[in-house]
Amino acid sequence: MKIKLKVWRQKNKDTKGAFKTYNVDHASPDMSFLEMIDVLNTELIKKGEESIAFDHDCREGICGMCSLYINGHPHGPLQTTTCQLHMRTFKDGETITVEPWRAKAFPVIKDLVVDRSAFDRIQQAGGYVNVNTGGVPDANEIPIPKRVAEEAFDAATCIGCGACVAACKNASAMLFVSAKVSQFALLPQGQVERKERAEKMVAQMDAEGFGSCTNTYACEAECPKGIKVANIARMNREYLGAMMTSYEGSTGGGGE
Amino acid sequence: MKWLIDLFSSSIGRKVVMALTGLFIILFLTVHLIGNLQLLKDDGGEAFNVYAYFMTHNPLIKMVSYVNYAFFLFHIGWALLLTIKNRQARGTEGYAVTSSKSSIWSARNMGILGTIILVFLVIHMKDFWGQMHFGEMPTKTYGDHEVKDLFTVVGSAFTQWWYVALYCISMVAIAFHLWHGFASAFQTLGLNHMKYNPVISFVGKAFSIVIPALFALIPIVMFFV
Ligand code: HEM
Ligand code: SF4
Ligand code: FES
Repeated sequence: MKIKLKVWRQKNKDTKGAFKTYNVDHASPDMSFLEMIDVLNTELIKKGEESIAFDHDCREGICGMCSLYINGHPHGPLQTTTCQLHMRTFKDGETITVEPWRAKAFPVIKDLVVDRSAFDRIQQAGGYVNVNTGGVPDANEIPIPKRVAEEAFDAATCIGCGACVAACKNASAMLFVSAKVSQFALLPQGQVERKERAEKMVAQMDAEGFGSCTNTYACEAECPKGIKVANIARMNREYLGAMMTSYEGSTGGGGE
Repeated sequence: MKWLIDLFSSSIGRKVVMALTGLFIILFLTVHLIGNLQLLKDDGGEAFNVYAYFMTHNPLIKMVSYVNYAFFLFHIGWALLLTIKNRQARGTEGYAVTSSKSSIWSARNMGILGTIILVFLVIHMKDFWGQMHFGEMPTKTYGDHEVKDLFTVVGSAFTQWWYVALYCISMVAIAFHLWHGFASAFQTLGLNHMKYNPVISFVGKAFSIVIPALFALIPIVMFFV
């Protein structure tokens, strides 16, 4: 099949980018979207042009790297990651527009590659649990109702791809952050840092410059892992409760 | 007190202000509608005029109305703040192609809908509220009470077709605002639960249709009758 590809090209963080159009004449319907770009890149290199930079790693839908905004949807028209999207989804002769994630907190580094380290900093701010070292604890020692365990697990399937931010008209990261808050808030192991976690992760999210959720639910419609917006309501509860009842100043460290 | 400032300036806190003030305004709309429906009573405006007098003179109602003005101002102020912050979060470069498939229209256009409501509010306040509070108006006497004849002022406004049209358009804007806003406020406050979601969603949708429709019915009836 033949495809016209309109791709965002940008030299680096500080230069202005622009769209460039490429013709891909020998795409197979069985190729993944990334393989199609691989083929195009090989041609570009042969011609002595610079290849299109894009993020990818696992190519099996679990790492969350393949951040391509295709025809108005993060990861393209299907609710999958870009690496799991196949060319058969498109029509022969179609023009496909490919853009990077657009968010102030995700600056474009080159072409389609954005810097998503804001997510890492949010995670580092509170997305962890403390455990005592010592003897290995027995597995399944702590009883957890099955439904609760499943809900926590569903939240934990978030791969941090950032499609929620890309899809949101406010560039809000609340689906991601709420998944990370929820996976611990639901479990007994997460109780010690529960309040501090909600406060710190939300504070870091705001400091990174993400927007505020206005409940359009575009994130849920686009999330490749089916993370539910019920998590956002939970995060709001956790945060409001924490802010109103935590020990003030607990985030300042010792010594005061 | 720093925590309170942190709370209300946070991304979640900003939304909480919108939700709480929005829900309060919803409550106000309900009371306001019940009052307005008296305009349709066939008594030459007595019930409505007496009610309007009561609403502008009862000390308790006066206090609640100050809270109401404040909540409107907060709702509008925070809407502006929220919208500006959210625009900034997108960054300098926007998308060339966007899709409208993944969210509903009213949810994406709350700011525009709110602005239409605001324009309506200004006109509405100037013509009726301003008149009632500060204007020169004809009066009527019921028993030994002399009260301002707001009924006649409203009635003459609604003889103009464009005034009736403005009313109806604004009520449509309120309907769309609440089609998303009613349930959205509960989500913002963290009130999302499998057991109650269907109820919230149903009441929200019913409210957003029935209340604005009844509000719009009044000028339409007064125009034609
Ligand atoms: C009849 C009067 C009004 C009512 C009953 C009302 C009610 C609401 C409710 C319930 C929400 C949802 C809050 C949430 O999502 O948590 C909301 C959101 C909003 N309102 Fe209003 N509102 C009114 C007037 C206005 C006006 C005059 C403006 C602005 C000029 C405005 C601007 C907004 C904006 C921008 C939002 C968006 C927040 C969001 O999408 O989450 N509203 N309103
Ligand atoms: S919530 Fe979904 S869309 Fe957002 S980062 Fe996690 S997996 Fe990606
Ligand atoms: S490359 Fe890992 S999820 Fe697509």
